[in-house]
Amino acid sequence: MASLRDIKNRINSTKSTQKITSAMEMVSASKLNKAEQNAKKFVPYMEKIQEVVASIAGGNTGADHPMLQSRPVKKTGYIVITSDRGLAGPYNSNVLRALYQKVQKEHSSKDEYTVLPIGKIGREFCKKNGLPIVKDVTGLPDQPDFAEIKEIASYAVKLFADGEIDELHIFYNHFISAISQEVTQKKVLPLTDIDTEGKNLTSYEYEPEEEEILKTLLPQYAESIVYGALLDGKASEHASRMTAMRSATDNAGELIDDLTLSYNRARQAAITQEISEISAGAAALE
Amino acid sequence: MTHRLLRAQGGVSLKTLNVSVVTPDGPALEGSYEMVSVRAESGELGILPGHIPLVAPLTISAVRLKKDGQTDYLAVSGGFVEVRPEQVTILAQAAEQPSEIDVDRAKRAKERAEQRLNLAKSEDIDHRRAELALQRAVNRIDISENR
Repeated sequence: MASLRDIKNRINSTKSTQKITSAMEMVSASKLNKAEQNAKKFVPYMEKIQEVVASIAGGNTGADHPMLQSRPVKKTGYIVITSDRGLAGPYNSNVLRALYQKVQKEHSSKDEYTVLPIGKIGREFCKKNGLPIVKDVTGLPDQPDFAEIKEIASYAVKLFADGEIDELHIFYNHFISAISQEVTQKKVLPLTDIDTEGKNLTSYEYEPEEEEILKTLLPQYAESIVYGALLDGKASEHASRMTAMRSATDNAGELIDDLTLSYNRARQAAITQEISEISAGAAALE
Repeated sequence: MTHRLLRAQGGVSLKTLNVSVVTPDGPALEGSYEMVSVRAESGELGILPGHIPLVAPLTISAVRLKKDGQTDYLAVSGGFVEVRPEQVTILAQAAEQPSEIDVDRAKRAKERAEQRLNLAKSEDIDHRRAELALQRAVNRIDISENR
C-alpha cells in the first residue's frame, strides 16, 4: 500500500488540477457565449448575400460564371477547421477523422487533393499523416474578425478560379447546442446548390452587368461561407472544451474521493498497528 | 423614427429610405434617411426613395447618408449596394462610422502600404493587395478628418 505521504501528495495535486479544469470550464463558458453572439451577428450579412446571389443566379437572366458550374474534378481542396490548442475533447479528432476517411475513400494519389488547415492541430495532423498542405492559418483569436480569415478564404477561392482545384469542401464542427456538436461537410465551390426556393426573389437592375457583379459577388459569397463555418466552428470549440473540462473536473472529484478513502484507511491501519505494537510491548513487560 | 411616424400618420411611405449596412462582423448602421449617395464601380449613384431595384458593387469609398439637412458618412470597403424602393442594404466586408475609425492605425496602414508599393513593383499580386490596402487607409483617413 502506498504510504500516507504519497496519497496526500496525490490528493493535493489532483485538487490543483481540478481547480485548473474548473477555471477552464468557466472561461470556455464565457467564450462560448461570445462566440454564439458573433455567429448571430453574422447571420444578417449571410442571409442578405444569399438572397442577392440567389436572385442573380436563380433568375433566368442568362448570367453565368465559372463558380456556378461544375466541371470535371481533377483536384479537390479541403478546408478543415480545427483549434490551436487541445483539451477540447473530441473536437479536433472527430473533424480530422472525417477528413481522413473522406480523403482515403475518394482519392488514390496525393495529386488529387490538397488541404488548407485552419488551426495548429489540423496542420500537425496533416504533416504527420502526409496530407499535402497548400496554405495554413494558425493563431486565430477566439473571436475572429472577417479580416483574419479573409486571406485563406480568398486564397482558396483563387485556387478554384485559377483552375488549380475543381472543387472546394469545408470540414468543421457544426454547433447544435452546448453539449452537442456535429461534424459537417459542406461544398463551398462550385456554387451549384444555391437555394432559390422559398425566398422572395426580386428582379434587379444591374449596374454594370450581371456578369461583372457575379465576378465580385461570388468570391465574397464563398468567403462568407468559409467565415460562417469558422464562427460555427469556434462556438463548437468552446462548447466542446467546456464539456471536456466539466467532465475532467467531475473525474477529479471522484478521484479525490477515492484517494481520501484510501488515505483514511491507510491512516487507520497505521494507528491500529501502532496500538498493537504498544500493547504487545506492554504485554512483554508483564 | 420619422419614417415610421410619417407612415403611421398619413400613409406617406416614400419619403425616407430604410438604410441598413451589414458586415460579417455584425450590423454597422441602421436608420432611415432621405437620400443615400454611394460610389459604385460604374460611377456615383444617388438613391432616393422609390428607386427601382438595383444591385451594384461599390468602390472603397465614403457612403453619404442625408437626413434633415445633415449628412452622415460611412467608410466602406469591398461591398455591394442592394436597392429596393424603400430599403437600401449595403453589404460590405468592413464599414465604419467616422467616430469608429482608428486614425493612427489607418495612418500606419497607409505608410506600410506605401512602402510595400515602392518595394513590390515587380510582383503583381502583392502590388494589387498593397494598392487596395492603401485605398482603404486613405479612405478612412479622409473620412475621419473631413468631418
